[in-house]
Amino acid sequence: MDNLVKLTIDGVSVEVPAGTTVLEAAKQAGINIPTLCYLKDINQYGACRMCVVDTGARALGAACVLPVAPNMVVKTNTPKIRAARKTNLELLLSNHDMKCLNCTRNQNCELQQMCLDLGVENPERFAGKMNQYDIDDLSPSIVRNNNKCILCRRCVAACNKTQGVGVIGPVGRGFKTRIASPWDHPLNDMACINCGQCIAACPTGALYEKDSTKEVWDLLADTTKHVIVQPAPAVRAALGEEFGLPMGKCVTGKMAAALRRLGFEKVFDTDWAADLTIMEEGTELLGRLKNGGVLPMITSCSPGWIKFCETYYPEFIPNLSSCKSPHEMEGAMIKSYWAQKEGIDPKDIRVVSVMPCTAKKFECKRPELGHDGMADVDAVITTRELARMIKEAGIDFANLPDEDFDPFLGESTGAAVIFGTTGGVMEAALRTVYEVVTGETLQNVEFTAVRGIEGVKEASVQVGDLTVNVAVAHGTANAAKLLDSIKNGEKTYQFIEIMGCPGGCVTGGGQPIVSAQKRMECDPKQLRAAALYAEDEGKALRKSHENPAIKAVYEEFLGEPNSHKAHELLHTTYTAREKYSK
Amino acid sequence: MPDNKEKYAQLQESIAKHKGERGAVMPVLQEAQGIFGYVPEDVQQMIADGLGVTLAEVYGVATFYAQFSLEPKGKNVIGVCLGTACYVKGSQKIMDKLSEELQIEVGRTTKDGLFTLNATRCLGACGLAPVMMINDEVYGRLTPDQVPAILDKYRA
Repeated sequence: MDNLVKLTIDGVSVEVPAGTTVLEAAKQAGINIPTLCYLKDINQYGACRMCVVDTGARALGAACVLPVAPNMVVKTNTPKIRAARKTNLELLLSNHDMKCLNCTRNQNCELQQMCLDLGVENPERFAGKMNQYDIDDLSPSIVRNNNKCILCRRCVAACNKTQGVGVIGPVGRGFKTRIASPWDHPLNDMACINCGQCIAACPTGALYEKDSTKEVWDLLADTTKHVIVQPAPAVRAALGEEFGLPMGKCVTGKMAAALRRLGFEKVFDTDWAADLTIMEEGTELLGRLKNGGVLPMITSCSPGWIKFCETYYPEFIPNLSSCKSPHEMEGAMIKSYWAQKEGIDPKDIRVVSVMPCTAKKFECKRPELGHDGMADVDAVITTRELARMIKEAGIDFANLPDEDFDPFLGESTGAAVIFGTTGGVMEAALRTVYEVVTGETLQNVEFTAVRGIEGVKEASVQVGDLTVNVAVAHGTANAAKLLDSIKNGEKTYQFIEIMGCPGGCVTGGGQPIVSAQKRMECDPKQLRAAALYAEDEGKALRKSHENPAIKAVYEEFLGEPNSHKAHELLHTTYTAREKYSK
Repeated sequence: MPDNKEKYAQLQESIAKHKGERGAVMPVLQEAQGIFGYVPEDVQQMIADGLGVTLAEVYGVATFYAQFSLEPKGKNVIGVCLGTACYVKGSQKIMDKLSEELQIEVGRTTKDGLFTLNATRCLGACGLAPVMMINDEVYGRLTPDQVPAILDKYRA
């Protein structure tokens, strides 16, 4: 351990590896240096100047970009530093609209918190000319309000580095600098994949999801409609955080209870359709393997990933599984199978999906995802929007009893639960494909090689006589790396899982927002995934093909996986998209 | 348009020359501006794709530096002096009036392509402050209310 560096921070002696920043070293010494632009693993830029510290150098330095040096003596809390931070903060406020009361990030805003922590006395100290920006709410998924932007560039880094999309950036100079798309085009005209990672990165309310709660409240008040709800696997792994419950704890039962209390007629579960997806996708994979179909086959659950593929890697469209994403399958089945069974005209049904995802809002409007002029899913709200509705309804979430989903389209296996984390769909598919091909019972259902938060994971799985090479990528920048390695002939796979967001759906763009400070202390990707794996482990059935409600739907309605009827209802097509709007 | 075709070929050459260099966006943008006289959207797209960077990055650089123009220059180029003497004598008010009359911001060109409005440094005519130039013509001791009539001369 010869590359350790010893330094003193506020009189505390710490030893850290060379290359560590003062900010990280201070954290180790139990000192939280305030930050606004810093976001662990994503943005390290030194822009906001909140983290200034004194190392005895001529000027104060930004701790987030200042590497430790041997015998460095750092002070983080002196009158000079406190005054500098406060001034910097007040300067940021001078161009912020400070309309907190109706802001989606009220009480969950890093700028607000910083004002509290640093004891800002006069937020209008530097009041003067302000920039006035139009709110860009033309995208079906993401709203940009630059009047709240503090130019930290966390969204830019998330879009560019994490996702490899890069449709926003700093534009202009000086006072007129703003985060925008080229030519200030609305986001909707850009090749934005709607993933919402920019929202998850934003410290303020400058970025948020396009609100659909009003639409859902209106539906719930409409007595002529049967309003059905389905939450995605990942929602249960994070919803509790919005109500002060610890991260990494599933709140499945309370969530079902809350949805029922909100007034949904049926509380189904996208997990059921996740099991259905495995049947359809697994069968499709085996078909492609047997009949010389296009390989590798790539999963199609993530609408962020799908739009990324259609736009940036259209040559891989034939590789995409034709399966609709699980909530679209659930919607299609509610409006066909369930409607028929209940004797309800599907035109009187409205399906609301609760998703960890902002891209699902775009997806549900795709014209091809419907039947007989009806959309499979009528409205999508994110986990955050559901939390807002629960709060508005006055439901005491933390003290709700655990309730079950409604029977049949709410029944699922452990395989479905893990869809919500990177590697989950792959593992669920392998559990079923293995047993279908070999006719043997899996001794150990856990394929741990595809678990974890490594950007690209690989495994070779022996399925009877077949050796199946699989890969898993999450975050579209990682997906691009993986696809490039296939394109240039470095790698050969048969089956690939790609999720648009880093970590998969548990850390999707619609999930509860985790502050930068908290992200330094824990990794939500791992904690929320662990919650899903625990739920999977506790399930009596852990393989999709063992779900009795799935078996029954094939017997009663669909025939067999990939049947003509299944294709009609559960499969879709994709379209190459232009990178630049005309 | 063979003329344009040649320009795009020159741009491709410039991109090929700088590809792989650190900070290649800047010199390519400069050369593009030299070739086209300004850097329109399709040119910036070509630069982004050619250099393997995002359009947002190219556009960010193009809007950060005042030397890059996003529009072709207007038939008449107005330069309002914002040097110290003119500024003290109220040239900002002249600028604001022009901006209002032409309905454009500084650095932009009117939709009809007649005028480009620029801010300039000292024109060396401080004795006439505040001063502006339209093409090669100098206008001194200006007041905002003179602006519409002066513009009309170029509209005829």
